Amino acid sequence: MTTPSHSRFLTAAASLFLAIVLLILPTLVSARAAVTIQEVTSPNGIKAWLVEDHAVPIISIRFAFNGGSTQDPAGKEGVANLMTGLFDEGAGDLDANAFQERLDDAGAEMRFDASRDYVYGSMRMLADQKDEALELLRMAIETPRFDAAPIDRIRSQIVSGIVANAKDPETAAQFAWAKALYGEHPYSRRDEGTEQTLASITAEDLKSFHKRLFARENLTVAVVGAIDAETLKLELDKLFGDLPEKPSLQPVDRVQPKLAQEIRIPYDLPQATLQLAYPGIERSDPQFFAAFLMNHILGGGTFTSRLFNEVREKRGLAYGIESSLVNNEHSSGLVIGTATRSDRAGEALAIIRAEVKRMAEQGVTDEELEAAKKYVIGSYAINNLDTSRGIASTLVELQIDKLGIDYMDRRKNEIGAVTKEDVQAVAKRLLSAEPAIMIVGPAGDSGGKG
Amino acid sequence: MTFEGRVGRRSRSSFMGLAAVALIAVLPAQAEAPREAAAVGNFRLDNGMEVVVIPDHRAPIVTHMVWYRVGSADEPPGKSGIAHFFEHLMFKGTKTHPAGEFDSKVAEIGGNGNAFTSYDYTAYIQTVTPEALEMVMGFESDRMRNLNLTDNVIGTERDVILEERRSRVENSPEALLSEEVDATLYQNHPYRVPVIGWMHEVEKLNRTDAVAFYDRYYAPNNAVLVVAGDVDPANVKALAEKTYGKVERGPDLPPRVRPQEPEQNTKRTVTLTDPRVSVPSFRKSWVVPSYQDAETGEAEALDLLSEILGGGTRSRIYQELVVRQGIASSAGAYFQGDALDPTTFSIFGAPRGAASLETVEKAIDTEIVKIIKDGISDTELEKAKNRFVRSMIFARDSQSGMANIYGSTLATGGTVKDIEEWPDRIRRVTAKQIQDAAAKYLNPQHSVAGYLMPETESKN
Repeated sequence: MTTPSHSRFLTAAASLFLAIVLLILPTLVSARAAVTIQEVTSPNGIKAWLVEDHAVPIISIRFAFNGGSTQDPAGKEGVANLMTGLFDEGAGDLDANAFQERLDDAGAEMRFDASRDYVYGSMRMLADQKDEALELLRMAIETPRFDAAPIDRIRSQIVSGIVANAKDPETAAQFAWAKALYGEHPYSRRDEGTEQTLASITAEDLKSFHKRLFARENLTVAVVGAIDAETLKLELDKLFGDLPEKPSLQPVDRVQPKLAQEIRIPYDLPQATLQLAYPGIERSDPQFFAAFLMNHILGGGTFTSRLFNEVREKRGLAYGIESSLVNNEHSSGLVIGTATRSDRAGEALAIIRAEVKRMAEQGVTDEELEAAKKYVIGSYAINNLDTSRGIASTLVELQIDKLGIDYMDRRKNEIGAVTKEDVQAVAKRLLSAEPAIMIVGPAGDSGGKG
Repeated sequence: MTFEGRVGRRSRSSFMGLAAVALIAVLPAQAEAPREAAAVGNFRLDNGMEVVVIPDHRAPIVTHMVWYRVGSADEPPGKSGIAHFFEHLMFKGTKTHPAGEFDSKVAEIGGNGNAFTSYDYTAYIQTVTPEALEMVMGFESDRMRNLNLTDNVIGTERDVILEERRSRVENSPEALLSEEVDATLYQNHPYRVPVIGWMHEVEKLNRTDAVAFYDRYYAPNNAVLVVAGDVDPANVKALAEKTYGKVERGPDLPPRVRPQEPEQNTKRTVTLTDPRVSVPSFRKSWVVPSYQDAETGEAEALDLLSEILGGGTRSRIYQELVVRQGIASSAGAYFQGDALDPTTFSIFGAPRGAASLETVEKAIDTEIVKIIKDGISDTELEKAKNRFVRSMIFARDSQSGMANIYGSTLATGGTVKDIEEWPDRIRRVTAKQIQDAAAKYLNPQHSVAGYLMPETESKN
């Protein structure tokens, strides 16, 4: 469940595009394989990817059901988010209090959350208490109660969050940005809904939403830790075996973010926030890694990018600046964001646009490309495989993106094969467009065309 | 709230509150679990540098950290922010390695690097493959003494930090209020000064300040090396001797004696009204002993007290205010145990629906009074202890988390033994000790309350 918070705008804006995670997925390290992935299929046909590891006596499971907040029916926006707040609020014959007490006694941590495109669930448990923990997880997945009292409580907490942020300029900006980019597409809606839509959601709505999404065909599972394949097979059937076979999803259109526009949120703040959106690239596009490397050189999240050097290191205009490829199920984009002192926002914007232009026109040098390849190849394990939860999360996303169980082995070669010409071509393709630009801060100075 | 986000070197300033809680709640490792990983190595180099090695062979990754026993609470008066400013300057190049080279070398092998500053310590971190460990140790030991600081880089970096302050503090009413609550709570101790520094003092920090700070505090005998991951203690020892071992011992530093708090005798309130706020909220804080400062068992009791009173959804405050009475959207308590000197215990809450902020505050006060008067049950104590003890098994899943636990403990005067014995000390806490701690420290007449208010309403 998410309740709107006062998160910094950059973060908030990035989360509008969601699953950046999906693409930061990068490669395995050298000789020693960090993880060995097995595909496990249960007697009833439920598949999961497993990394068996007994070094620490814990087990992490993560799973996803396709269809997140984009599946909220019109007028019932917020139902996916509200539902994810209710899985530990009573299931089977246990009411909220009894369920939470047993979960605490079992020593397990259970979480559910909804993105635009998926509902995710996860549990981290101690290996010697896995039977009780997984039984509670099964109850939450298959027989959530959606009792009236918890619905009202969680709903009113979400509404409190909406009300609390009603005058926050960063929240306002976040929604204005989504609206400007996505228009009437479901991606422009607030994941948590509005006071009105939340008020209209009933227990029946939640039950029917749960039934529509939680189905076996719609499921992706990964498990990491102290459990073997044979045991897992039986647990998979217990956890998911009684779900209906097919989901009932509304088709969601693809959407191209609307670019070539300027959005201003005037507000008297000591710092202005800048956000720029360019066209993105599909994960399945053959030029994906060329774009990934190009973005890394332009403004990827290290201390070595061009934007970091020009905006922060040389001129001290900002604390953070980053560009990201953003891939959702139904849309993609390349987004640049920073926050800078208000009186020099125009200068910062001009520098960013000049760097984008230079990239589009001249591409990258051999040295930059080599360094980027090394980073993108080497950082995969460090960024994705550092904890059992991190590994489970990575394995779910790899399956969702249909990248194959051998992806970690292939990835290095695919990145290695990218040429300077590939990068130049993709830079021109993505960065020649006129971007959408949002400026949050005092009215006045903006400048920076070019 | 520790290492997410890789944009920029970070100050923990505005995050200290909850970050510290998470850390303590997650505290230790290995005490007794039989299914153990290899033992933690702990030794000293000849020049006085302490080393901790935490083997974890699950993946070919190493977390390398150097913790300096200096933070914002050690700054000279009038130079607030110098510890954090200096942390940024550590990335500006040395006599033999120009600015950016260390970052590039780490990036080249797919590694990550960063740093952060807190009240009691400053830490530098790299996550790399085991083959690169010697390389990062070489760079990190080089910049311990050989930094090359020019006025030019200092001016630009000061601008970066002013932007950092605007992002974290000036742009956030919560952060502005929090700074001023701390400045009111601590009447004499430097914990009253924000880690990132006051704007008007940061603007004036200069090269002379930076060099003086560097020469005084950056030396092997004031540092702790923590290496966690796919390594063995013997190998790390050899590499450490080859790199850090070559750095000359610095002058002996006097004990870290900071101005201490006088007796607190008043109830104070701090109010910030801001047009960006729609729903009021509050936090009330007390000065209490930390793990380093407490009589044996008192910090453990305060830790468990914060868990039972307001640590999560099973806590008394949450169950009573959020679930049963339905008057709060959020409410809880936290204790920042990992400090060198007396630290902060806080409660917080925000109303929901038609309830007023006053109702929420009163209801939380009632929960405190109940514990002071009637104590806690054996069952809730047992459950809270179980949560703490199992958190250390979960902690072993995160290499960088383990490095943080050991680093922050050792940099605030604790030992490896303290960490290993923590679960046993938690198990020994009695219900009576928790009741006594509540009675002794949570006196509403000696507290500071901060109110964040919408523009149109007033508190009463």
